[in-house]
Formats: sequence, structure tokens, C-alpha cells
Amino acid sequence: MRLYRLIFRELLYRKLNFCLGVLSASVAVACVVGQRAVLRQYDARTEQIIAAKEAETRATMAALEDDYRKLMLKLGFNVLILPKDQSLSDLYAEDFASKYMPEEYATRLARSRVVTINHVLPALQQKIQWPEHARTVLLMGVRSEVYVQSPQQKPMLEPVAPGTMILGHELAVNLQFKPGDKSRLMGREFTVAKINPARGNKDDITVWINLAEAQEMLNKRGVINGILALDCTCDTVDRLGRIRSELSQILPDTQVIEFASQALARAETRQRAAVEARNAIAREQENRARLRRQRESLAAILTPGLVLGAALWLGTLCFNNVRDRRTELGLLRALGLRTRQILAIFLSRAALIGLAGACLGYAAGLLFGALWQEPPAAPRLAALAPDPKLAIAVFLAAPFVAVLAGWLPACIAARQDPAVALKER
Amino acid sequence: MTTLLRLENLSKSYRRTQAGCLRHTLLAVDRVSLSVGAGEFVGVKGPSGCGKTTLILAAGALLQPTSGRVLVAGQDPYALSSDQRARFRAANIGFVFQQFHLIPFLSVLDNVLAPALAGPVAGARERACELLAHFGLAHRAGHLSADLSTGERQRAALARALLRRPKLLLADEPTANLDEENGAVVLRCLAEFARGGGTVLVVTHDPRAAKYAGRLLEMNGGKLEGAAGLPTNHTNHTNPTKEMNGGKLEGAVGAQNQAVESSEG
Repeated sequence: MRLYRLIFRELLYRKLNFCLGVLSASVAVACVVGQRAVLRQYDARTEQIIAAKEAETRATMAALEDDYRKLMLKLGFNVLILPKDQSLSDLYAEDFASKYMPEEYATRLARSRVVTINHVLPALQQKIQWPEHARTVLLMGVRSEVYVQSPQQKPMLEPVAPGTMILGHELAVNLQFKPGDKSRLMGREFTVAKINPARGNKDDITVWINLAEAQEMLNKRGVINGILALDCTCDTVDRLGRIRSELSQILPDTQVIEFASQALARAETRQRAAVEARNAIAREQENRARLRRQRESLAAILTPGLVLGAALWLGTLCFNNVRDRRTELGLLRALGLRTRQILAIFLSRAALIGLAGACLGYAAGLLFGALWQEPPAAPRLAALAPDPKLAIAVFLAAPFVAVLAGWLPACIAARQDPAVALKER
Repeated sequence: MTTLLRLENLSKSYRRTQAGCLRHTLLAVDRVSLSVGAGEFVGVKGPSGCGKTTLILAAGALLQPTSGRVLVAGQDPYALSSDQRARFRAANIGFVFQQFHLIPFLSVLDNVLAPALAGPVAGARERACELLAHFGLAHRAGHLSADLSTGERQRAALARALLRRPKLLLADEPTANLDEENGAVVLRCLAEFARGGGTVLVVTHDPRAAKYAGRLLEMNGGKLEGAAGLPTNHTNHTNPTKEMNGGKLEGAVGAQNQAVESSEG
């Protein structure tokens, strides 16, 4: 006959007391484990939300990138590179540069791998009289883009094929042109390839043709009077200064002016959108972190309260058990059991209750954590995933707290006078 | 004859509260002196409340006397620490109670084995089975005490008291809850134990005790009358085997007697 047999038999005999004890321990353990599981699930959900938002932002920014690129195309150019001796007064008065530079500059600029410019478009622009229609127009000779990054780079401006022209909106309306019409310009026949939409600026009276043809027609072979640098991605406040600094090394006999500030404003907006997206993610993270702190604060109050309540309840049950076993205790003392053996009976009993409560409570807590809300599968699995540190802590702490709760009743049992119990009839 | 139990001027008083305010001292045992030799069966009879149970608990090292001395096998158990006293009890004293005090959630066999909780007993299980067989309870070994009749319960309690082969057996009203037949069986078993060299002190109302006890003392108002000295003929018991009724129990007890007699050589 061993003490453990006595303990197990007694637990099985007084089932209600045992079950109530296990229940109280398991409720406390379930709350601790469940709260941890909910927080883990919450963390997993946060990661999922943030990852989704980041992916969404990336996708949105990629879409915006394309939109702005197209918007910039419609609006004009960001930076205009002119010959150094070009008077800006003349430029603004005439709407085109009167000085020229070699077309080769565009290639040199592109090959320099200048980091602040993504697109390089050489152009020859001149205000002319369209003799066939008696109209003053801006003639713009453009060629296909000189690639800065790689030949696979998506062009900002579709090249104008030889023999074709693109007309500004007002010009096309006044002259009643539509795509596919043929017209002569300075004695050469062109097919109208496209009518640009109204832009409300000088583009509306511009005729775009192939650069080589323009050079021939204007007798300016091998030269251009401007390089359009598009989509400047300078990340400093003094963009123009940075570009000028770079270009002074590559093309020393040129000057740079800011062009189409509206486009820059858009670019700024785009950057702000990116910043706003990042801020939104940060706000979401902060918001979720705040909610997590609130939950932790609540748990920090609830958990000790529950553990204390469970311990008190368990202590009461142990005390009742001692009271119910007064005669048995008297007998055991009469049979020669020592104080520490009596203590061992009651403390082992409490530890067993704590251990059983830990097993039930741990499983219930995980289940509770998983069923707390209806999350996607990943967080639920995260909540169910075992946490070895928590498991070890629970399986050590629950019996320990139960032993603490049963300590006083066990001491009362050990100090009980056997004669008093045995004299009772 | 060796004196196994000696009570010297033993007194025990309790402080009681009367009518909720007045406290007074109740003298349950009043300067009792008694010597009981090894192999002696002594009965103490007296009316309810005369201090019999207090006397037996004090003699059994369970209740510290107010004054006087208890010597069991020459040793004062109250001079020992609580744990040493518990060991001393386990080694030397067996108890039988009126209410049997069987542990309700243990089987009969486990109840008989309960003294082994205090410390190892060589061949405890075999000894328990022998005792159960001896008391006609072998077929009840796996039953809970609630399944037993009162007579069977007291026999189980007696078997439990004998597991560790105590030198002193103290019985408090062992026959009070039993019918005549079962009461006789219990008293015969106690007498048997005494004949085997054990010492028995029984407090009882049962007039039949006189038939089995070597000495029968009267207790009244906490005082013991006729307790001086040792008896001249402590073997003057009626042979219990000759009076037994009932086949199985009779056989079992008889076997024990033979064993006791053969051990006495």
C-alpha cells in the first residue's frame, strides 16, 4: 500500500470535489492560454493585414507610376536642355530655341547613364508658316527615344514614323483633319497618324513629324535645338540644381531649364501618395499595436484575478476535503502516519488537480483562441500552433499554484488532533 | 510477567465552555494508575462519559495527558516528538474503534494494508491476505467497506490493527455496534491475540467482556477501580474456539489459534 494509491482512490471516490478543482484550475489555465493564443492570432492577423496592405500599395504605386508616366507625356516635358548661348527671353517670346546643338548630344547624354533622367528625346522645334494652309504652327521634329536604361525601356513618347504627322487638337479641328487624311507640308506629303486631345497650350497648334524629315525641311541636318529630358527622378529638393550639376559634366555647352512644372507637381503628388501609403501602413500598424496593448492591459488585470479566484476556490475545495476526512485523518495518525506524510497526501492531491487542470485548460485555451473570431486559416493555425515555453510554464505553474492553494488546508490537516476526530461518534 | 503498558497517575482534563460564557475544567481521567502485562487481556467497563475513551487514547499515545505518565514497552511516547511518536505508535500499538473507521474509498484488502502507509511491513500483502482469510473475509477482499456488514467491518478493522503485529492492542467499544454473535467473535479474537503474547486493553459496555478478559476493571467519574497490580492468572480465558459459531469464521479463527499455539511452542 502506497500513498499514491490512497490519493488516486480518494480522487476517484470524491469525484465532485476533484472535478470542481480541476474545473477551477482549467478555467484559469484556459484563460491564460486562450489570451496568449488570441494575441498570437492577432499578431499573425496583423502581419497578414500589413503584408496585404503593402502588396496593395505596391500594386497601386505601380499603377500610378504608369499613369503618371502617361500624364507626363500628355502634359509635356520636365526638363529642357538648350544650347548654352540660347537666350531664354527669345525662347519664351518665340516658343522655340533659335540656337542649335549637335544631335549627337542626345546620344552622349543617354550613354552617360545620368541617374536623374530616365528618358531622353532630341527635338527640333521651329515656328513656321504652313504654306499650304496659311497657318502659323509649331513644327516639332522628334525621333524615337534614345534609351537611357535599356532597349527594353518603355518609351515615353511614341516615335513619329517618316511620312506621317501628329496634329495638335485645335489645328486638326480648324483644318478639319482626321486620322488617315493626307496633307502637304512645305511641299511634302504626310499622312495624319493621330490627333492629340486638347491640352490648352501650344501643343494644340503643334505639328509633330519625324526628326530627320524636319531637319531636311528646315535645312538643319544633324542638329537639334532642344533635348527633352523626361521623368526626372531626382530625390532632392533642388532638382534643377542637381540635374544642372550632372549635365555640366556631360554636356558643358548646354543649359537646363525646368519645364512643365505641372508635371513636377504631379510627380510630387505621386511621391506624396507613396509617403501617404507608407504612413497608412504605419498607422495601421500603430492602431493594431494599440489594440494589442489594450488587450494585454485587460489580460494583465483579468489573468491574475482569475488565477487568484481559481486558487481561492481550489483552497476552499481542499479545505472541504480536509473537513470531510477528519476521521480518516485521525485514523491515519493513529496508524502512525507522520506529519509530512499527511502533508504529502493533501499537497500531492492538489498538485494532481493542478496538473489535470493544466492539461484540460491548455487544450481548451488553444481551442478558445482558435475559435475567438473568424480569421483566415493562417492565423487560426498560428493560434493552434504549440508554444513550448508557454506549455512548460503552464504545466509547471498550475500544479505549483494548486499546491500553494492547498498549502493551508494541508497544514490544517497535518496539525489536526487525531484524538478529537476519533472520539467523535 | 513483563509490564507492557503502565499508566502512572494519569489525568486528563478538558477546558469546556458552558452556556457560552463560563469556562470550566472537566476532569475526564483522574489520577489513574494501571499496569498491564504482556499477554494480558484487560477490560475496562463503565458508564458513558466516565472517561474510558480518553483513557484509551491517552494510553495509545494519541492524547497528551494533563499529568501523569504513560509507558508502553518501557518507553514514554509523550517524551518523543510528534513524528517519533507516530513511528512508535505504528511499531507498537494497534487500534480497534467502535465505528471501525474503515477508509470508505479503499477496498477491504487496502484497508487492512493501510498501516503499511506509515512504513514498510515485510510481506504486508501476504500478511493481509492471511488475516482476511483468518477473519473469514477473503471473499470480501476487493469490496468497499460500504458493502460489508457491521460484523465484517469490525473484523476488517481488527485485521488492520493486527497487520503490523503490535505489542499492544487498544480497543474502544469494539462490540458496541455488533450483534451478539459478531460481538463474541471480536472478543474471542482479542483474547486470542492476548493468548498469543499480545497485550489487550478493551474499554466496553459489553458484559460479555468479563468472560474473555483476564481482568475487568470498573471506571467511574474518571477513576479506575481495582486496577492495582498485575493479575495472577491472565490465561484464565475461555477458549474462544470452543464457542464459535458459523462454519467459515470458526475455521479461520481456529487456524489462527493453532498458529498462535504452535508459535507459543
